[in-house]
Amino acid sequence: MPETQSPVISVENLVAGYLPGVNILNGCSIEARQGELIGIIGPNGAGKSTLLKAIFGQVKVRDGRISLNGDDITGLKANKLVERGVGMVPQNNNVFPSLTIEENLQMGIYQQPKHYAERLEFVVGLFDELKKRLKQRAGSLSGGERQMVAMGRALMMNPKVLLLDEPSAGLSPVRQDEAFIRVSDINKAGVTTIMVEQNARRCLQICDRAYVLDQGVDAYTGTGRDLLNDPKVISLYLGTLGT
Amino acid sequence: MSSKSSADKVVKTTGLHIGTIEPGVKKVDPIITMDHVHRQFGGLTAVDVEHLEIPRGAITALIGPNGAGKTTLFNLLTGFDKPDTGEWTFDGRNIAGVPAFRLAQMGQVRTFQLTKALGLLTVLENMKLGSKNQKGEHFLTSLFPFLWKAQDDEIAEKAMRLLTKFKLDTKKDDFAASLSGGQRKLLEMARALMSEPELVMLDEPMAGVNPALTESLLEHILDLKTEGMTVLFVEHDMHMVSHIADWVVVLAEGKVVAEGPPDEVMKNPAVIDAYLGSHQDTDLGTVTGRIPKISE
Repeated sequence: MPETQSPVISVENLVAGYLPGVNILNGCSIEARQGELIGIIGPNGAGKSTLLKAIFGQVKVRDGRISLNGDDITGLKANKLVERGVGMVPQNNNVFPSLTIEENLQMGIYQQPKHYAERLEFVVGLFDELKKRLKQRAGSLSGGERQMVAMGRALMMNPKVLLLDEPSAGLSPVRQDEAFIRVSDINKAGVTTIMVEQNARRCLQICDRAYVLDQGVDAYTGTGRDLLNDPKVISLYLGTLGT
Repeated sequence: MSSKSSADKVVKTTGLHIGTIEPGVKKVDPIITMDHVHRQFGGLTAVDVEHLEIPRGAITALIGPNGAGKTTLFNLLTGFDKPDTGEWTFDGRNIAGVPAFRLAQMGQVRTFQLTKALGLLTVLENMKLGSKNQKGEHFLTSLFPFLWKAQDDEIAEKAMRLLTKFKLDTKKDDFAASLSGGQRKLLEMARALMSEPELVMLDEPMAGVNPALTESLLEHILDLKTEGMTVLFVEHDMHMVSHIADWVVVLAEGKVVAEGPPDEVMKNPAVIDAYLGSHQDTDLGTVTGRIPKISE
């Protein structure tokens, strides 16, 4: 990747939180360049999910800046970000349970109804298992299946940037591997991807670069491979099991 | 590799079963036995276990895909849910339908996947709640401190010993709600030990816990076995399971589809297909083509 390429997403010294007076992010800076798969790992309470939510306009930013291709998007509401090509796959409450799978996917492209048919064909092509069940109520799906629907919905707008909050959470090993491989494939198709993950090992195995968040700041950064082999990162965040 | 040396330190318990290993195989010394346990929710059969025995004094892992019925089985065993049919025994005593609090008094405790610390009580107060047979919990005796003060002090001492072991002693006067997710997991486990149970049932104890903290939690679970307790835990992390489990039970669609020592179960093709996946020990970087295979 050329060094001079300016980032697609740039987060500078972000301060954000939920309760008044309590900051979860304490000056966090990350960036994602065109086509990169960026991993965000770190302990509980480090601010990983808060970072994604702040980028997506769901958490109040108290200081710092977020830009998309150089444009300031700090504090922009989610629907405006979707218009600009940013998609988000939340960890929980990520489908409309009373709607069918097909209706959930439709919701993803409500801003551009004309492109619905072609996008539906593309997305359903990615998720074989959903193809036969489009009329099934999303509320009756298992956690892993809902993940797929949520991801599919985010992809309906053909986003240039995809944010994923713990795509492997609560999934069995085989489903986790499928989810990671799918994210990798989507990224390889040209979507700049930022993925928060608790399964640090798997995340680092597939990402280009990663940040280790700790206590609301970016504590370490490097390529996925470098961090996987870094003794400090291993002892603080990865653990030695499964190496 | 450091993982190999830590694996060497873990002494696995063998010889737990009688006869050929297959679902429902009898155990030499079972602490729990289950027969014809059936639980249905509307049209969905959540649990359908013909026969299952959990070995005493060992660490058993319960694994399986989401929706396999693991938490439902836990809830049935621990009195949080009633089965449609079925019988089971704990320590030889018939306990089907016995409520949770009574089971705790009998020596069986469980933790929860979504931790249930009492947020507005301090860490120490949470711990003291876990103790059994507290004299001060009866209306009349509570009016006379001299009747329960000494016991209360003993309980506080025991709580502090456990908190120190779990490195939560400095937090004893903090509200439980102020603990991080991982610290709440530790508190949940420490509190479960206050009643000196025979059987500790842990529901996804590592879920959402930083991998580096996981290792110290594993040490605590191994300590339980050293102190003579039986452990049954639900987990998705197979590295953790192979590291500490003596026995593994695989649940799928409510039935026991496989059981045995971790190494054997993880080589079972049906288990690989339904649950583990074929990339279990592979770097996904090679699978996704992000790093050349030759360099591995």
